[in-house]
Order: sequence, then structure tokens, then C-alpha cells
Amino acid sequence: MTEVEGAPLLSLESISRRFGNTVALDSASMLLRSGTVHALLGENGAGKTTLMRIAFGMLKPDGGAIRLRGKPVSFRVPGDALENGIGMVHQHFSLVPTMTVAENVALGWRGAHRSTATRKSRLRSMLFDPASAAARVHEIAQRAGLSIDPHSRVDSLSVAAQQRCEIIKALARDVDILILDEPTAVLAPAESAELLNWVRRRADAGFAVVLISHKLRDALAVADDVTVLRNGSSVYSARATETSERDLLNAMLGATTARTPLLPAVEAVASNVETTLTSRAASNVVPSTPSTVSLSTRSTENHINRRAIITLRNVSLRDARGVERVRGANLTVNAQEIVGIAAVEGAGQRELMRLLARRVVADSGDATINGSVGWIPEDRVREAMLSDSPLFENTALRGASSLHGRVAWNEMRVRTREMIRAFDVRAPSVDTLSRTLSGGNQQKFVLAREFADEPTVVIAENPTRGLDVNSRVAVHGELRKARARNAAIVIYSSDLDELLELCDRVYAMHAGRLTETAFDRAMIGRAMLGVYGAMDGTSST
Amino acid sequence: MRFVASTLFRVLVMAVIAIGVLALLLAVMGYDAPLALKALANGALGSSYAVLSATSVRAIPLAIAGLSVAIAFRAGILNIGAEGQLLTGATAAAAVALAATSSDTALANASLSGVAATITMMLCAGALAGAGWAGIAAFLRQRYGVMEVISTIMLNFLALYLVGYLVRGPLQEPSLINPQSASLPVAYHLPSLVSGTRLHWGAVIAVAMSAAAWWWLRSTASGFRLRVIGENPVAAESAGRINVTRTATGAFLISGAIAGVAGAVEYTGVTYAIYDNFSPGYGYTAIAVALLARLHPIAVLATALLFGALEAGGSAMQRDASVPRVIVSVVEATFILLVLAAERWRAPRLQTHEPPTTPSSGLKPSSTGAPK
Repeated sequence: MTEVEGAPLLSLESISRRFGNTVALDSASMLLRSGTVHALLGENGAGKTTLMRIAFGMLKPDGGAIRLRGKPVSFRVPGDALENGIGMVHQHFSLVPTMTVAENVALGWRGAHRSTATRKSRLRSMLFDPASAAARVHEIAQRAGLSIDPHSRVDSLSVAAQQRCEIIKALARDVDILILDEPTAVLAPAESAELLNWVRRRADAGFAVVLISHKLRDALAVADDVTVLRNGSSVYSARATETSERDLLNAMLGATTARTPLLPAVEAVASNVETTLTSRAASNVVPSTPSTVSLSTRSTENHINRRAIITLRNVSLRDARGVERVRGANLTVNAQEIVGIAAVEGAGQRELMRLLARRVVADSGDATINGSVGWIPEDRVREAMLSDSPLFENTALRGASSLHGRVAWNEMRVRTREMIRAFDVRAPSVDTLSRTLSGGNQQKFVLAREFADEPTVVIAENPTRGLDVNSRVAVHGELRKARARNAAIVIYSSDLDELLELCDRVYAMHAGRLTETAFDRAMIGRAMLGVYGAMDGTSST
Repeated sequence: MRFVASTLFRVLVMAVIAIGVLALLLAVMGYDAPLALKALANGALGSSYAVLSATSVRAIPLAIAGLSVAIAFRAGILNIGAEGQLLTGATAAAAVALAATSSDTALANASLSGVAATITMMLCAGALAGAGWAGIAAFLRQRYGVMEVISTIMLNFLALYLVGYLVRGPLQEPSLINPQSASLPVAYHLPSLVSGTRLHWGAVIAVAMSAAAWWWLRSTASGFRLRVIGENPVAAESAGRINVTRTATGAFLISGAIAGVAGAVEYTGVTYAIYDNFSPGYGYTAIAVALLARLHPIAVLATALLFGALEAGGSAMQRDASVPRVIVSVVEATFILLVLAAERWRAPRLQTHEPPTTPSSGLKPSSTGAPK
């Protein structure tokens, strides 16, 4: 714990907050200094977002104090926080998709104007003048060093540009403190680097930024100070220069439970795609859980003589609107290997994964997918589960189309009970409604169901998105187990580290084209953005 | 046991609130509230005649049509066309009756099995016609993505005017005086269930259909698929590889067929003829019946009885206390709002502790059904 000199800009002192009988925050503290980037780290559910929502006035604390420039403050609504110069960009954007950037930004103006405006200008501010709004947005963007076209409709923008729009929305209210909730989660590596660079510059210009993250690399790359939350309490805070990844990881997980692989060197992200990771082995350290397969199965030499399970030859696929999403894809996946697909959202990977899972049929080309498919879609609640049905009915969902006559529910219950035991799903019983499970347990349940009949093909999209570290390790372990029993596995992940950690080979996908890529962070990063393409992030839709 | 007790308690509370709202409304409007409420109670439950010949008889079409709505809603299809499907079902039954009784020269000495066959044919024709009427909306939905909420309500008006045309044209009674079909010969009436009352075998049909639907949804693969597409069509397609369109179309047709049977049963059991105002909005009240039963096929029977009682009591109230009977729709609406409010109120607590569930728990437990 380092001593912070000078009066902190914002101090959160022993904040606590409960939701029903769940304790979300229990004595969480954090000191934010002017002109710094403060990384707020922690696993999913550690309370990072809750703490920042309290600072932003969205939630009221049950206990503790908030001081802004030394004075105690209490915010009733986010508007109060904005008046005091605190802005927040949420993980899920709140933009009106059919309106332009300028209109979206202007939506938040009224309150800001009211305090200073004369009667005449207040009257004028009630009328919307598109040209002056656009000019103002342009000016804010220029000053902040963010590139955006004020006249674009939000739904035509890439995710990165939408995020810039959200940031500008906050900056338009003249905030000193900007809170970014998991800003890099939705971005491609190059876009993340660009954003983090911007965050750094903003702090250097004298403003304060809070960066909520569960990615150590992102945080350490730009942060001055770091605070770690675990189970709702602040367990560690330090200057970024005086801490190490190991310390942070231990703090996040609790010293005894830290069993994730050490992440590759931090500098690799700081300078991002330009840096080449020296060896593949560095990113391939396997966690030492009993469930993992020995490293020897990962050797690449012998997959030539293995059986090809999936073969795509010049396969193309159009979506419902007739847009060609997969263009002339060639892909071979053998038994006993995990192939990764690296892509930016919207590159056609979604359609490719559904094609591989035999959920859609190719428009042209030859697609051979042998045997049964285990399918782990990205959005498990929407695509893989019946939230309001008990687990044993969720078990019957796989293969529901081929059931006949009476359903043997008793057998389903027995099977579900076995699945729950085998995959360590924490559920009180097979009658539990699936929505009452935590995200990690839901995902383990889906894996258990899809793996129950030992499918020869496994197709998984972002299989650990939103999961905490322990569930992530468990899911990875199950995928490795599936590989060990001869399955051919294809994984799409928006997290490059996950692919490098898990896969034997990686293909990158850009604008519908699939290319096998060297097993190298920088190379994959470039291929995802279309090798020679612009790196400005706006090309990614 | 606790679950049942708390359910009964909740229904009782709701009934007290709904009656309270009605009493308040009567008082505000200047009616003699105690007299009106007494008339309502007597008309619904005051005597064995009220129970068997008024309440129960009205509950029969409500129960069958409510079942139709419940099944469609369970599949995620907002079929609000039970009224139209019921009317076409009744019309088809009347058409079959006309054909059977006009060609059957031996009407007088029709054998028991012949009568049974004809009644069965009338009910089947009702089912087919109801399914066909729903099929129009199902086709539009499947082929052109027309929202069934719109198409079914439009088809309700079409059916209404179709009946109006038929009873002045092809199906008009032989004397061509009244705009209605010829009366169904007594031999072809659905037999009385309790002699001396108007309660007919339609009650048995309603109970049997409810039980069959309950078993079907709970135990069979196709019933499970129907529930799955209703609960989460995306997962049904993605994880379950269910052909959602085909399953939905099937559910739509079945729902229409059931509503058609409701019409045929009402024709053969109560009205014995079709005419302009054949249905006093049974198909619309059926939506309330199904919602109040939380789409549970068995609970539909109970809520149909409740609404049947309100309808019967409403008639008595109009007769004995000169209160317009439409006022009972306030009570019906109050019930619906209370059910929705109760679910909202219950929802957060469901997260923490679940009541023990059985294989039928995929069917949402009917916590709001009236006591049987």
C-alpha cells in the first residue's frame, strides 16, 4: 500500500452496498489522483462496476463516504455526478442507433446548459440546431483527439466508433473524471491499443481516468495507480510502477487460488500488435489443474497423419439479407486438435461458426463435417438455454428435434444429475431453473450437455466470455479433455490470449476471408484487420 | 401443500379486491351496491340452477376456447382469433347438421350410433374449420411474416360478417324470416349431463380436452417442443435444432382446431342454431381465462368457471338490479391486472428459493387458478 501524496481528486472510503442478501461491496476504498489513470481491477463480480456506479450516482452506497476534492459529496442521480465533473462510459452503450452522433451527444446537453445559460440562450438550447450541434461535437472531438464524424448515424458505426461517441458524450459535459467500464472488452487489439493510448494522453493532459478492467495487461500498460477488488473489498492498491503482475494476480484471486498461467510480458500489449511474442511456448503454459492434458498432446508434428473431421473447400455463405459473410473459405480441422478463429466482431466468424455447427448450410462450395456436433454458442442464455425451465428440461433441449412419443423425463433427470456431478455444476438439484445458476455454472452445464454424447466435432464461440477465472480454467480444461478424446474443436474468441493459450492452430478471419496464420500474436492481430488494411479501427465493421 | 394453500389464499385476496373494486364502482355510479352484489352472487352461485345451468354452461365454451388460447400462447403465438375460429367452427357444425338432417330421411328413427356419428362429425367439422381459419393467419405468418395479432383480429371480423351473410343466405332457416340457421333437431343435441339442468356433455369434452392437453404438453416430445419454441425460439433453433416455423404452424392449427370445437360444442349443446350474436365474445374472454390460468391447461378449467360465474352473475345483476352487465368486465380486468402485479411482485423472490417442482413444472404452476 503506497501513500498517496497531495489531496486526492476523488476518494471513495469504505463503501459498502448490498443487493438483497448479496453483499456486492464491503468496505471498498479507492483514491483517485488528478492527471492519472487509475486501473480498477478484479474478477467478474468483484464489485468494480458497482463501486463506479456509486461514484457516478447511479447507486447509493449503504455505508462509507465519497469525497470530491476533499469535500464530502452525495449524488442522488448521475446528473449530480455529471454536474460535479464525473462522467462514465458503460460497458453496454446507451446510444440511440437511428440518430446521428451529434444528435446523441446533444441529448445530454440540456442539463449542462441550464446552470450557466442566459434566458435567451436557454430558449435557444430548447431548439435543436443540427449544424451547431455537429460543429460543437466536432470541436469536442478535435480537442480530445478522437476521430468521429458527427453526421454519421450511430448504427452505421463500428463498435470502436460508437465507443468514441459515448466518450464524447461524457466529455461534452466537461468532466474531469472519466470512468470507462471494461472499454477494451468490445475492441480488437489495434483498437484497444488506440484507446489505451488515448486514455494515457488524456491523463497526461491533467484529467483523471478510471479504467475498469479484468485484463491485467491493459491495466498495467497505461495505469499510474492500481486498485484491486476481491469479493467487494479493496484488497490491494499500489503505484503501477511498484507492483508486478504476480502481485496483482495474487490479489485478484487470493494468493492460494491463483492458478492461471502467467500472462506474457506486459510490454507486449503496451506496444501491442507491433510487438512480436518471442515464443509460442510463452503463451502456452497450461494451468496445473488435474483436469488438464499433458503438454505432449500439443506437439504439432503428428497432426499430419490424423483424420480430417472438418473440411471446407471454397465455401461461401450469405446471410438473410443476401450479404456474403463467408467468402471462399478453406479450412481443415483434424481429430485431436483445437483450431482457433481470430476475428473482429462482424468479420463473418458468426456465420462461419454456425456453418461449422451445421446450423446453416453453405450457399456454395464443399463443406464436410463428420459426425455429431457439440455447439457452444456465444450467448448461452439466448441461444443455448431455457432460462425459466428446470435443468433436466434443458438437458432434453439437445436433440429435442429428434425426440419421439413420450419423453423419458426420469431418464433425463438421471442424466442431468450425472452431468452436474461430472462437470461440477453448482446447482441445488436437477429441478433448479437454469436462470438461477451463475454464468460460470450455466456455461459448465451447456458444456456438460453438449459433451455428454462425446461429439466428434465441438464448435465454441467465446466459450469463457463473462466468466470468472476459476470457471474459465474449468471450461478450458473441458475443451482440452474433449481434444484428448479425439474431438475436432473449433473455437472463436475475441480474446487473442485465449486462442494462443488453448489452440494448436489459428486462422484469422477478415471481411469473410479465412486465412491460416502463424502462431504469433502480432501476425494474427494484423491478419484480423486484413493484413494491409488501415489500422484506424473504423474499418472493422 | 403449502404451495396450494398459499395459492388459494392469493386467489381469495384477489377476489376480495376485485369485488371491492366492483362495489366501489357501483356505489360511485349510484347503484344499490349491496342489492347488485347479492344479485351477482345469487345468479352465479346462489342455487343449484345457478351453478349447473348458468355458471357451468357458460364456463364450457370459455374453458375450451381458453385452452385454445393457452396452447397458442405457450408456443409463443399470440392467437387472439379464438372468437373467429369459434364462429367458423360453429358454422361448419351447422353446415354439417344441415346436410346430415336434410339428406337423412330417416330422421325420426335415427339410430343412437347414427346420432353419435353425426355429433362427432359436427365436432370434427368444427375443429377442421377452426384450424382452417387459424391456418389463414398461420400461412400469412409463415410465408410473409404477417403478425398474427393483426391477422387473427381481422379474421375475427371476417368470421363475424361471414356468419351474418350465411344466416341470411345459404344457411338461413327454411322459412327465411329470421337471420339464423335452422334449429338443430333435438335428437342431435349434445345430451344433458345432469337431467333437468342445461348442463350438457360439453363439460366432459372440456375436461377431457384439458387433461389431454396437459398430458401432451408435459409428457410428449411434440408438446415439449411446443413449449420450447414458446419459451426461447432462438435456443430452440440453435441448441435444439427444432424447426421453429413448422412447430409454430402446428401449434397455431391445433389452437384453431380447439377454438373451433368450442364453437361446435356451443352450437350443439346450447344454441342449436347460429345467428349474428352467436358468441357474446367468448373468444375474447378466453384470452383473459388463459392468462388468469397462467396458460396452464388444467387451471383453465378453474378460471373458466370463475369467469362463467361472473358472466352468469352479471346477467342476474342486470335482470334483478338493473345494472348493465358489462360492469362485470371491470371485475375480469381487475383480476388480470392483479395476476400481472402478483407475478411482478413474486419475481425477485423466485431467484432465491424455488418451490419444489415436478416434471410438469415446465408448465408454469398455476398459482392463480380459482379453487375447483
